[in-house]
Amino acid sequence: MNLYTYASPANFYTLAGRLIPWFAWGAGILTLWGLYIAFFLAPTDFQQSEAYRIIFIHVPAAWMSMFIYLVMAFWGAIGLAFNTRLSFMMARALAPTGAMFTFVALWTGAWWGKPMWGAWWVWDARLTSELILLFLYVGIIALWAAIDDIKRGDRAGSLLTLIGSINVPIIYFSVKWWNTLHQGASVSVTKAPSMAAIMLQGMLILSIAAWLYTIAVVLVRVRRIILERERQTEWVKALLEKES
Amino acid sequence: MYRFLLAVLRRDLTLAARRRGDWLIAQFFFVMVASLFPLGVGPEPAMLARIGPGVLWVAATLASLLSLSRLFADDHRDGSLEHMVLSPEPTVLLVLGKSLAHWLIYGIPLLLIAPVLGLQFNLSWEAILVLDLSLLLGTPILSLLGGVGAALTLGLRGGGVLLTLLILPLYVPALIFGAGAVDGVMAGTGAEAHLSLLGAFFVLSLMIAPWIAAAALRVSLE
Amino acid sequence: MEWASWSDFWHMGGYGFYVWGSFGVTAACVLVEVVLLKRAAGETRRRLKRMQQWEEQ
Repeated sequence: MNLYTYASPANFYTLAGRLIPWFAWGAGILTLWGLYIAFFLAPTDFQQSEAYRIIFIHVPAAWMSMFIYLVMAFWGAIGLAFNTRLSFMMARALAPTGAMFTFVALWTGAWWGKPMWGAWWVWDARLTSELILLFLYVGIIALWAAIDDIKRGDRAGSLLTLIGSINVPIIYFSVKWWNTLHQGASVSVTKAPSMAAIMLQGMLILSIAAWLYTIAVVLVRVRRIILERERQTEWVKALLEKES
Repeated sequence: MYRFLLAVLRRDLTLAARRRGDWLIAQFFFVMVASLFPLGVGPEPAMLARIGPGVLWVAATLASLLSLSRLFADDHRDGSLEHMVLSPEPTVLLVLGKSLAHWLIYGIPLLLIAPVLGLQFNLSWEAILVLDLSLLLGTPILSLLGGVGAALTLGLRGGGVLLTLLILPLYVPALIFGAGAVDGVMAGTGAEAHLSLLGAFFVLSLMIAPWIAAAALRVSLE
Repeated sequence: MEWASWSDFWHMGGYGFYVWGSFGVTAACVLVEVVLLKRAAGETRRRLKRMQQWEEQ
């Protein structure tokens, strides 16, 4: 028994099935704990009053959106380098959740911006690069959707993720640069409230919850992709036979 | 090695010279997109000068995307692309040659037309000079990164729109630095910083994009 | 405890609309993803089983 056993889709399918409930329950419990901190333990901010509580989901969602992209690029690179089927499946399974978190980060950014900056959308460096990240996710998902051939789709999507991941820091830097040069007179960006220890704790707990949630969702999605792709093999046939 | 690169280049240029229609369409597209903006926002000279650099840069990216969907498609259709990829010469050189040809065919005319459009947008001569300089550094980036998109979407239904969706986000730094350079001159802060960043982005694209495009081409042809 | 009453809690110091708008949409996104995933997983299994039955016939 070694680690490579789980690189085979059949073994990974069973392992993932066993792990999913743990991650799902962990995510649920940590979410409740994090929300309790966010709403009942964290004190009112003297500058932003209660509106700052949006930060408890905005920041974890923004972190997740970027992490998931990097993890996707990582799996894509592994798949391209070692030709492992499972890595490509992981990359595919991550994309929708990454796009979802990017959308959440944008949405909560807008709903935080409205009371703080007086506008739903500000061309702030972070929001703008998050928007471009959403475009990248949409492009990758669209490319996967357009290619019917599994092998070609896997590789093409991974290559796009890879060049995107090289580009993401440059995009972020360029947008930041652009933003400092075009500092509009009407928009004065309020600084995020100074981090109290309890706030950081709440954000960390909700971030871990988001991680566990992502892992659970991705494992479910990978299991579906595995079934779909291995449907001609004996083990999938036996599995389906046993269920019906 | 260089012979192969030159052969690819000469072949594409000859083909482009024979099909002048395609070549003109992209240039007219550039002129038209840029000319629609004053109709949309009004003819005040001060405002046109303010938005001019950005509009011309956006129009240039769109015009380059329009022609990029056919970068490999024509050779793919008649089967010659497969031969060139299977030949012992490195695919990277093929991609590099094709991107270079694309830039010569579609990028250089853009540099010649842009000053005229700059005058329409009421830009000063100094700003027009920097605009051309930024396009000179920036349009090769569009051809290089676009090559990746063209290779990835080769032979797909709706490939042209998909290509736009994939590649436009990657163009963002070029757009920001390019249009920013002209803005910098007009605001009196100078264009050097923007232009050197644009140059750095060009060098980076040159080092990375052809390899990824070559890998994508092999994936698409399998 | 920060809140004197439940209505105080929902009010969020005047920012209730924004705070609950953010948290509500986030919850909706997560919910939609989970529901879609469940449905897709069930659909895949059913389809594969159907295909298998055809092959056996």
